[in-house]
Amino acid sequence: MSFVEYSDLIQNGDVAIVYLGHDSMMPVKVQQGAQTQTRYGVIRHSSDLIGQRYGSKVTCNKGGWVYVLHPTPELWTVTLPHRTQILYTTDIATITMMLELKPGSVVCESGTGSGSLSHAILRSIAPSGHLHTVEFHQQRAEKAAEEFKEHRVDRLVTVRNQDVCKDGFGVTGVADAVFLDIPSPWEAVGHAKAAMKRQGGRVSSFSPCIEQVQRTCEALADQGFEEISTLEVLLRVHDVRTLYLPMPDFGPDPSAQTWPDAAEIKPPASVVLKTTTLPRETQGHTGYLTFATKPRT
Amino acid sequence: MADNVEEDSLDRIKEGDYVVLKRGDIFKAVQIQPKKKVIFEKQWFFLDNAVGQLHGSTFEIASGGILQPRKPKDTESSTDAKEAGTDNRNIVDDGKSQKLTRDDIENLKEQGLKDQEIIQQLVENSSTFSGKTKYSQDKYIKKKKKKYENTVTILKPSCRILAMMYHGRDPGKICHLRYNMLAQMLTLANIHAGSKVLVFETCAGLVLGSVMERMGGYGSVIQMYPGGGPVRAGVESFGFPAHFHDMLHEFPICHVNALLAGTLDTTAKDPDAVPNQSDLAAEEEQNPPKAEPTGSPEEIKMEEIKMEEIKMETNSGADDGYNPAKEEREKRIEAKAQEKKVKQEDKRKKLASAAALLEGRNADGLVIASRFHPCPVLMGLIKFLSPSRPFVVYSQYKEPLIECYTKLKELGGTVNLRLTDTWLRHYQVLPNRTHPLLLMSGGGGYILSGTTVAEDQSKRAGSRRAEELAPKRLKVEDADG
Repeated sequence: MSFVEYSDLIQNGDVAIVYLGHDSMMPVKVQQGAQTQTRYGVIRHSSDLIGQRYGSKVTCNKGGWVYVLHPTPELWTVTLPHRTQILYTTDIATITMMLELKPGSVVCESGTGSGSLSHAILRSIAPSGHLHTVEFHQQRAEKAAEEFKEHRVDRLVTVRNQDVCKDGFGVTGVADAVFLDIPSPWEAVGHAKAAMKRQGGRVSSFSPCIEQVQRTCEALADQGFEEISTLEVLLRVHDVRTLYLPMPDFGPDPSAQTWPDAAEIKPPASVVLKTTTLPRETQGHTGYLTFATKPRT
Repeated sequence: MADNVEEDSLDRIKEGDYVVLKRGDIFKAVQIQPKKKVIFEKQWFFLDNAVGQLHGSTFEIASGGILQPRKPKDTESSTDAKEAGTDNRNIVDDGKSQKLTRDDIENLKEQGLKDQEIIQQLVENSSTFSGKTKYSQDKYIKKKKKKYENTVTILKPSCRILAMMYHGRDPGKICHLRYNMLAQMLTLANIHAGSKVLVFETCAGLVLGSVMERMGGYGSVIQMYPGGGPVRAGVESFGFPAHFHDMLHEFPICHVNALLAGTLDTTAKDPDAVPNQSDLAAEEEQNPPKAEPTGSPEEIKMEEIKMEEIKMETNSGADDGYNPAKEEREKRIEAKAQEKKVKQEDKRKKLASAAALLEGRNADGLVIASRFHPCPVLMGLIKFLSPSRPFVVYSQYKEPLIECYTKLKELGGTVNLRLTDTWLRHYQVLPNRTHPLLLMSGGGGYILSGTTVAEDQSKRAGSRRAEELAPKRLKVEDADG
């Protein structure tokens, strides 16, 4: 197992995602002899996990069962331990395309946070790219580095514990893309530019507040960035439902031209319908995404 | 420094390169060909002068359709107005504020004035410009700039640019797949280097090309195609290096059932596919090889050249009216038959290699985006996935995806099923004038995504029972609501 490469079988030391039910999953570090408690009972790693195929059903001792899934950045995003606010898949997908990430891309990111985006970046730039991620919070930086190792992507990433606004990314002239998710991105725009290749590249900033966006856009324009564009993207989840819609009964219709025996056939009392509903309440805002192109210098 | 020079040479535009022309938000994918007239935004020009320049350069279109590299930063010049009004109480729309007539402007253009100079003239000849607010003046200049702009930027293609281009120019060709929905698909399907991905699309090759870009030439992509041959004009526009095409395989969906049943024979030729001579002679007219979308562009070009030679020979032969010409013609048809045989063999090999990739039923991802009913496509192709692998199905319409969802729930073998769409809004960000753009995309289609899990025989009966019970519970819920 690695977050950038599939394997078929669960092995000792893997991180697996246990699927407990709809919208209920948890990550498990697979260790010889270890056990994991779930609401359906205990999972014994040695007998239930190791050597089993990813995607297998595991029956727990209380009679319930779970599926064990191969980790992906998307599953990790919904199961990871939160140390900060995180970016979710809808924004991540947009960022990945708009930053034009692909195998071989060199990317700078700050802050690392809980590593939700970092894993998605790593997946997209492997096997030949590199991620330079900067986090000013020491414990978070250390924890992220530890996770990258556990997820077997550490060779693709360098974690730096420093303040990007003061000290930059620790690299110059190497990045194809830069991503900023910090409180004052406008202070890091200059560092972003310095980190990027002279052939140019793409930059992106995520900010929840429009005032941050204003200042960031101004800084980007001042630094000569082009194609500055801000957008917002929201996910809508459609819940599939089967409906029984009762039909109204207006009584017999004397004006309707019917055969005598047609009167016997009553209209149906209800109609079955497959449709979808939107949740009563849903995420209405995550953050504004600003993108820009650094021209060749 | 030497390193930089080397890198630059890789970044220079070469003849034959696939590039994207850009002006504002408008894109167009073209190939750099000598003396080829290109029409873009109602202007025609030749790309010859772009050769040797760097990708990302901006050019001015001079008279005669000649491109001239634009000197850096001569765009932002002196239209800064000295005077500005405070509001629009004195601005009256009487159509008389601009003293220049259409003919005057055309004259200016013919005199070879640059867009910047024309705008300057417009501003000077507008009686109301100085009375407009500063913001309004900016807007006026921006609008005029757009109208008289005379430049074009040449970019290297990318999934982002091509997805935006198709969505803007020709959404019908890509089933109205909005660019950010394509982004969702690539991410939800966990497309990455080294995996084995199945793609079924009727989006001109845009989805296939995007998947290939994300895989960077590592792993394998199997295009499952309907009809006579795979359609992938859009893949060419990506301008991938040649080795990317080595990872691309193709398999006709008409053989899927046979492959799943284990009855597909890829060792022998299809009896009905063996060409006979008369067919070939007719085919020379109807179906020149260039119409076949298979093979790399180089191959196609080679073949075109060959065809041309054959035609030329034929013509000269016919003029003479001698028997040898006839003989030669027969020889050619024979040669053609030979060629066809080789091609058939090639096709068979391709089919066999794709079949070999599929047979293990261990693919890592499945991406569907087509005008076909997604339900049978999904049900047929999901069988080729390993357990614990993601799949995504795009449809312009929600209802067929509801059907897919229902069917998958019934059959089991999948978890994390989600039917989603996204809402995408762009913003104008300017000091004190930040707001959402007045127009936004009304919808970008729908996506059904999920993860496969190991097939479980006992689940089938069980899940069907659950399915029957579910509506009753819902009915109660609805009554409560």
